[in-house]
Amino acid sequence: MRAEWRAFRFLRVVERNLFRSLRRQAAPARTASKRNKFRSTTAAAALLVFAVCAPAFAASFSTVIQQTQPKIVKIYGAGGFRGLEAYQSGFLISPEGHIVTAWSYVLDTEYISVSLDDGRKFDAKLLGADPRLEVAVLKIEAADLPHFNLAERGDARTGTRVLAFSNLFGVATGNEPVSVQHGVIAVKAPLVARRGTFETPYHGVAYILDAMTNNPGAQGGALTDRHGRLLAMLGKELRNSQSNTWLNYAIPLDELAPTIEAIRSGKFVASSAGDADVRPQHALRAELLGLVLVPDVLDRTPPFIDRVEPGSPAALAGLQPDDLVVFVNNALVPSCQALAAEIERIDRADSVKLTVMRGQRLIEVELAAEEK
Amino acid sequence: MRAVLGLLALGLIGGRVQAAVDDAVLAAQAERVDVIAKAQEATLAIFIGGGQGGGSGVVISPDGYALTNFHVVAGAGEAVKCGMAHGELYDAVVVGVDPVGDVALIQLFGRDDFPCAVLGDSDDVRAGDWVYVIGNPFLLATDFRPTVTYGIVSGVHRYQYPAGTLLEYADCIQTDASINPGNSGGPLFDAAGRLIGINGRGSFEKRGRVNVGVGYAISINQIKNFMGCLRGGRIVDHATLGARLGSQEDGRVVVTDILDTSDAYRRGLRYGDEVVEFAGRPVGTVNAFKNILGTFPKGWRVPLTFQRKGQRQHIEVRLSGVHGAQELVDKITGGPRIEPPAPKPNRKPGEPKLPEKPRDGPPQPMPLPGAHEHREPPPEIVKQHYEARRGYANFYYNRLNRDRVWQVLSGRGDFTPLVGPWLIRGQIGSGGEAEFRLSDAAVGCTLPGGQLNLPIDDSLSSAVDPPGSGGLLAALYLWRRFLVKGPDQFGSMDYYGALQIADHAGPVDLLVGAFGGVECRFFVDPVSGHLPLIELVLRDDDDPCELHFTDYREFGGRDVPSRMLVKYGDNLYGVFLLDELKWGGAE
Repeated sequence: MRAEWRAFRFLRVVERNLFRSLRRQAAPARTASKRNKFRSTTAAAALLVFAVCAPAFAASFSTVIQQTQPKIVKIYGAGGFRGLEAYQSGFLISPEGHIVTAWSYVLDTEYISVSLDDGRKFDAKLLGADPRLEVAVLKIEAADLPHFNLAERGDARTGTRVLAFSNLFGVATGNEPVSVQHGVIAVKAPLVARRGTFETPYHGVAYILDAMTNNPGAQGGALTDRHGRLLAMLGKELRNSQSNTWLNYAIPLDELAPTIEAIRSGKFVASSAGDADVRPQHALRAELLGLVLVPDVLDRTPPFIDRVEPGSPAALAGLQPDDLVVFVNNALVPSCQALAAEIERIDRADSVKLTVMRGQRLIEVELAAEEK
Repeated sequence: MRAVLGLLALGLIGGRVQAAVDDAVLAAQAERVDVIAKAQEATLAIFIGGGQGGGSGVVISPDGYALTNFHVVAGAGEAVKCGMAHGELYDAVVVGVDPVGDVALIQLFGRDDFPCAVLGDSDDVRAGDWVYVIGNPFLLATDFRPTVTYGIVSGVHRYQYPAGTLLEYADCIQTDASINPGNSGGPLFDAAGRLIGINGRGSFEKRGRVNVGVGYAISINQIKNFMGCLRGGRIVDHATLGARLGSQEDGRVVVTDILDTSDAYRRGLRYGDEVVEFAGRPVGTVNAFKNILGTFPKGWRVPLTFQRKGQRQHIEVRLSGVHGAQELVDKITGGPRIEPPAPKPNRKPGEPKLPEKPRDGPPQPMPLPGAHEHREPPPEIVKQHYEARRGYANFYYNRLNRDRVWQVLSGRGDFTPLVGPWLIRGQIGSGGEAEFRLSDAAVGCTLPGGQLNLPIDDSLSSAVDPPGSGGLLAALYLWRRFLVKGPDQFGSMDYYGALQIADHAGPVDLLVGAFGGVECRFFVDPVSGHLPLIELVLRDDDDPCELHFTDYREFGGRDVPSRMLVKYGDNLYGVFLLDELKWGGAE
């Protein structure tokens, strides 16, 4: 209930801000047609916003897109099963091949492959990542690449026209240019979403977009202003499981830049996933679900289920001994320690999604420690 | 009440801020309003089968020819109803379909001055161009006044995998303008209001088959290639090269498999050759190749450039059909509804596997509330313009075009009384004299090498004489037979459509005749009424014998070619120059 209410409140904020921005944009236009001023509607206002921006746009649009597309890369990695795409997007931030992308399971492999706009393919190295900012930095061995300069960022606020560049749905392959979409920043607001509704570890400020940008494979793409200046990194797909609505957001560069620079210069220390500040007061533990894992004896003990307590939430969800836990709420847990850390970030009042490997099959279950 | 107050407040705020709007902005706005108004007029709201569902469409000629998606009319029967923006409902008949390309041509009745869209050039479209999608999403418009959504072009030359072999979107335009169920078959206009595509598909997945900002339109340039065939009432097949291409680690696109019965093989293409250019466009990726291939109907000849050991070679390749003779017909008559495309294996070897879930497909025809399976009999006007025949979408239009072509051709000379033997004498380009004797019963020739005679019996399929010509005698016989007997008594004769041929300006109409177990293709210039080319196909897996007729001149009140070039595969058999022609009437 609580979660639902928060999501609702959040959407209200979005709507209110959207309306405000439209009203502000519409105001000057109103004088132009005083006779009609009482007949104007929000829709008309939206069209007028378009009208105001269109001519300046039309002249330079194709050029801006042509100049920006070569800075975007196609990234291929882990995934490829159960609706998990094995590809995403990224953008170059240095001539020697530093790439910013979204931190996701796609990067959870030794073999990350990057295709440039000119069709060249490279193996990429993961320099570092901050899961809480959902950002990662990759490096390929190349030179003289077209790139965004992180220091020259565009300025954006509610109503700013934006272009979103990404390889959504993996539409482009090889040397085919990535897709471009247009839209407006509906609001810049904290992403007060939470697990179970809008499931995201990112809790910072985000641009909420009026365009359908956050599709499979779009994460890590670039959001620019209409002059092609970098504004933000496109986020992941974000779905409210209760209302089945989708949110399109991007994380502003202002939020990401210090971390990106730190990773790039090798100064970044990954904050432990179990940090006190993100740990809920009443954290979930595997025992509360009725799960007993194999003894943690190795550096990276694979989190196999050793035993399931009869009658426990885990038993009711159908989990079995010898199941290997692969994901906790879509976060990869390669070891018993990682599983413990990930699970402790969850409030015990919330449900948790576990993906387990049983034989060659992946099975997804949702369970909660406490009855709702 | 609160809403009214809100609007009042809005107006008051507007009144306070004295910001003038640039004249250029107002002019651009006015222009856009005009463009949209005009574009809306040509847009159709299509309803099928007694209100079972529908989609959108667009009129492309004043006599009512209109485009929509195949998947909109599939299962509709021959009759559909079309609502237009001014509120009128018109009867229309399905003319021709392209099930692979997901295109259908229909004709509306009741006017000869339908508002129609101007066709653009979709090869000029660039990512970032403003576009308008006009149509009837969710079948909202009960007054037929279409909905307009706008967006930008997100990508061009996109390739979207087919469902099995149908509904392949090659070389399509990707847009972020909203495309929803009901928009299928509707027009995509550029900012100037030119028709650049037919909307038909989106990347849909878990969001309830509604717009996710990724829609695809079939490019109008592809449809232009198919138009001649669609007008002929046909079920048009797409083309295959008879070879499979793959991309190498170094990015080269090479032949990884080739059929030795294909024309490409006969022209010299081999396993391992790098394909560089196809139909005048560079081939950088396998997708690029599929994009180009997907824009051609079966039977076209296109140039191909390949590279072997550093040497470039240019060939002309005849494209064969994706489907067997009856396969496509079986596929589309098998069931009324086409399933959405299967998983798209949009990956290259070595790249990770993509999801196995189908996610991508055309919005299905939008069902109407209270729909029932009852189908009314077609209206009288549709009955008058429809003839059912297996293998055709609408045989009425095939006959219509066949007769039109015959009219043009016989306007340049009526050969039907010339039923007696024909004697043709002339010079051979390489030296020497030649004589041909054509009659109903036999065809013979006297060449420097000797004399040959071919009696006409049941089968011509082994009539390869003279040796090395690929069947010159049989081809000449069929030429005379066509001119004297006409399309009705030739054997069987159908209209293929209009297409481009090498060394001839403008499109030509093609009539395909079958007699004696062989196929003979007659290419007719729709303006001059001349036959620039005849192709005789003795065997499907062999080259045709080509007779190129040029230098037409009047002879006894009829236009006759005075030069004939005979080609078989890559070999020039000879050139024949006419000196003397004798033909008789009834014996």
